[in-house]
Amino acid sequence: MNWASWNDFFAMGGYALYVWGSYGVTLGFMVTEIVLLMLRKRSLLGQLRRTPGARRVAP
Amino acid sequence: MTGPNRKRVNINWFKYASPQTFFPLAAKLTPWFGAAAALLCGAGLYIGFFVAPTDAQQGEAYRIIFIHVPAAWMAMLIYLVMAFWAGVGLVFNARLSGMWASALAPSGALMAFIALWTGALWGRPTWGTWWVWDARLTSTLILLFLYFGFMALQAAIDDPRRADKAGAVLALTGVVNIPIIYFSVQWWNTLHQGASVSLTSAPTMAATMFAGMIVMTLGFWMYSIAAALLRVRCIILERERRSDWVAHYVRTLK
Repeated sequence: MNWASWNDFFAMGGYALYVWGSYGVTLGFMVTEIVLLMLRKRSLLGQLRRTPGARRVAP
Repeated sequence: MTGPNRKRVNINWFKYASPQTFFPLAAKLTPWFGAAAALLCGAGLYIGFFVAPTDAQQGEAYRIIFIHVPAAWMAMLIYLVMAFWAGVGLVFNARLSGMWASALAPSGALMAFIALWTGALWGRPTWGTWWVWDARLTSTLILLFLYFGFMALQAAIDDPRRADKAGAVLALTGVVNIPIIYFSVQWWNTLHQGASVSLTSAPTMAATMFAGMIVMTLGFWMYSIAAALLRVRCIILERERRSDWVAHYVRTLK
């Protein structure tokens, strides 16, 4: 085990800014990418549902 | 030789080459790649923070490696895959290939950005600078701009088929940058360290550090596939919105 306590873990041997700055931004961007894609699909399907295919003729 | 009893199995390799047949397959695959990404990243972070020892020279700052190297590798790999599909689309005029190229670009740009960002935060405590015009840093910045250029070019052209063609030419030209990034640490002896891992020799790092890096790379790989699958489904819906099958698909939802 590398860490004596959670405080020790979060301190990262004095490199907390650099290590957590890297991991935090990476996690933030990855989560944001997935959320944005899910929202994009949802709004797209909503749009398509409201205006069904232009070429479609009602049966 | 082929006897009379030998059964021939016919697999139609092109079955999933059309957007219509690929769309439902992509929907089925996405959660599996997402789950694999979560599991592998969880395991990789555990190895990286709790199993891998403190580095003798860099202390804890080196732990940035567990996202820096996987992101840099993925940025290059995604570019090659993107250029491959762009090329396939250019040669065979296949619709889905162009959609894949467009779907991969933002994920590749994100990986290139993460590699640069974590590199800056790693360079500050170890080299004493956030940025330097070193060969590898510069060529990776060019990679990020190639992704941006590809996306901007496609966004500027209204007709998607023409956007695909123009993007493909840019993507294929930019492939020359990938070997430059890869070999930059050998060709120019500037600040960035050489490869700790290569195809021809044993890794020059502790086995647990190496394991953490590999598991994180697999996790980033699965994440990128999941994100690209999500994006390619959006692109398929957008581009095929006037087709009968999309109209049918939308009607069958709820």
